[in-house]
Amino acid sequence: MTGKLIRDLIVPQLDRGRLGPLPDSVVLSGLGESIAYTTDSFTVSPLFFPGGDIGSLAVHGTCNDIACSGARPVYLSLGLILEEGLPMDQLQTILESVAGAADEAGVEIVTGDTKVVPKGGADGVFINTSGIGRLEGPGLPPPESMNAGDAILVSGPVGNHGMAVMLSRAEFSFDFDLVSDSASVWPLVERLLELGPGLKFLRDPTRGGLAATLNEIASMGGKEIAVEETAIPLDSAVETAAEILGIDPLLAANEGKIVVVVEKGVAHKALELLKDIPLAKGAAIIGEVTARDGDRVILNTRVGGARVMAEPSGELLPRIC
Amino acid sequence: MKTSNEKGAAQALAGQIHSACAEASGELRFMEVCGTHTMAIHQTGLKTLLPENLRLVSGPGCPVCVTEMGFIDHSILMGKEHGACLVTFGDLIRVPGSLGSLAGYRAEGGDIRVIYSPMDAIDIALERPDRPTVFLGVGFETTIPTVAATVKTALARGVKNLYVLPAFKTIHPPLKILAEKEDLHGFLLPGHVSAIVGAACYEYLCRDFRKSAVVAGFGALDILLALRDLVSMTVAGEPELINDYKQVVRSEGNPTARSIIYEVFDPADAVWRGLGTIPGSGLAFKEPYTQFDAVAHFPVEVPEAEDDPRCQCASILTGARTPDKCGLFGKECTPDEPVGPCMVSSEGTCAAYYKYGKV
Repeated sequence: MTGKLIRDLIVPQLDRGRLGPLPDSVVLSGLGESIAYTTDSFTVSPLFFPGGDIGSLAVHGTCNDIACSGARPVYLSLGLILEEGLPMDQLQTILESVAGAADEAGVEIVTGDTKVVPKGGADGVFINTSGIGRLEGPGLPPPESMNAGDAILVSGPVGNHGMAVMLSRAEFSFDFDLVSDSASVWPLVERLLELGPGLKFLRDPTRGGLAATLNEIASMGGKEIAVEETAIPLDSAVETAAEILGIDPLLAANEGKIVVVVEKGVAHKALELLKDIPLAKGAAIIGEVTARDGDRVILNTRVGGARVMAEPSGELLPRIC
Repeated sequence: MKTSNEKGAAQALAGQIHSACAEASGELRFMEVCGTHTMAIHQTGLKTLLPENLRLVSGPGCPVCVTEMGFIDHSILMGKEHGACLVTFGDLIRVPGSLGSLAGYRAEGGDIRVIYSPMDAIDIALERPDRPTVFLGVGFETTIPTVAATVKTALARGVKNLYVLPAFKTIHPPLKILAEKEDLHGFLLPGHVSAIVGAACYEYLCRDFRKSAVVAGFGALDILLALRDLVSMTVAGEPELINDYKQVVRSEGNPTARSIIYEVFDPADAVWRGLGTIPGSGLAFKEPYTQFDAVAHFPVEVPEAEDDPRCQCASILTGARTPDKCGLFGKECTPDEPVGPCMVSSEGTCAAYYKYGKV
């Protein structure tokens, strides 16, 4: 059954020249001396949400982790764990979405594996992707190179993916014009690499949202970070939905954004580089690395107050009233 | 309240608060009754704009925080012993009971659905008519009308397998107890609840207890405006009731919403975490709606549960203590592993202190 699935459905959809013969392993060449290599597993409920599905997410997620090391994503593996009873048309749609996202991101799926587990053994589909990226240039400097005064940018409005997925769950009968931002961020990174050593750090603010990523940056750099609330780009639909549900949009996941740390002097140049890329619409300078030792993120609020922007904990839950 | 120059407006109001507080002889203490206010005050960083001698203490208006441990135990036992599907608002699921939390029970295979609108409970019940569906009924006057409306709809549609475990609370009885406190100078009154109960009904706070009282919205400027009014009335020694949220709260409130509450429920005694049993502060089903009462249908032995004696939630809910004075705060008690409900609820005072910290 699984063999037939692979031959009839999966390979025809994903093969770009290397999958067809179903070798035990694939031999890759031309990757240079160092590569970026990462793996990530994906579960999402529901499997399909506005702006994407688990298939496109599994491609973008891994590509983005590679891109944030300053490497161009080139090859992916695809591991599928399918729950018995998953409708074939859903699997078909997910595979089309994997193929579409990979083609668009310029990566090739070169190896894979499929397992079917009994009903209840998985939630529809689980996907694991590993990825290999080719370093374009010397790679990024270590986090310790971040200094007081460095500027922090975000490549566009935050919280869209997390809010879109939450609202698409069956229990919420809301109708917002809100789609996931799921996309490959490599085109943005490629452009930012032109900054050379002025580019200090890149991270995709996925789970835990902008808040988690900024806290990570603060703790790696050992310096407090200050962020201006009014500078953080937010779509109005995200803002409204977050307000109604009582959820902080800065804690909601993104799947097509990057947080960037650059030397102060090149912050505006960075924005300039991103300016004509549609994926970076709304990019903004949101804060800076301060001279204060510590690992906190301080948010200067729109009314002139200040508070800590803490790391999120646990699952985001809508409130009662 | 929205203005094009939010920062300027905030600074102007903060300036007025500073000058008024400078005239006060000692500390001025006001209670924000509602959890949404607590969260908004921390989230907007307002405390950094206020003078040292103005203290804001949190009150009992966070529905999850005042819900007793026994309620969580009761819910889990209905799932375990009667196979009920439990339907709840999100913030309840991490609250620890003596048998664990609803989240823990879900991880063990319990069927728990998080919803936003109580009406969704009807669809969930209809999915599986052979199985009881129990809505976990916590909340104040803001939420209760929608639950009452759900129950009425369920009766009209002949839904036989939907039940409610009621732990609803009403706002006036605890407020009357807290108003006795000498060291509280006034109340920042809840915006959402007041939209239902109205502004006029708080008159007793200034008439009988000589406390200043202001109904306030949830924006930073709304809260600053209300604080300015509270401070100036208190400093002048002229406590009054002011409605600073007229765009939402009418003097008479929403009589239609109130009437639907009392069509379905009668006042009853209720147990509040931190305050004990308060006569007439809860709600019990009345005919013909008693058929929806989960307590009557699914008898369970709820264990006698005692809160961790070190947990200070009880004094925090009555404004007697702030979270940073609790020995568990930030150590054994964090949002990931909360000991008390004030840390778990998204509107809880401890969660607000933990999340937004001291700057």
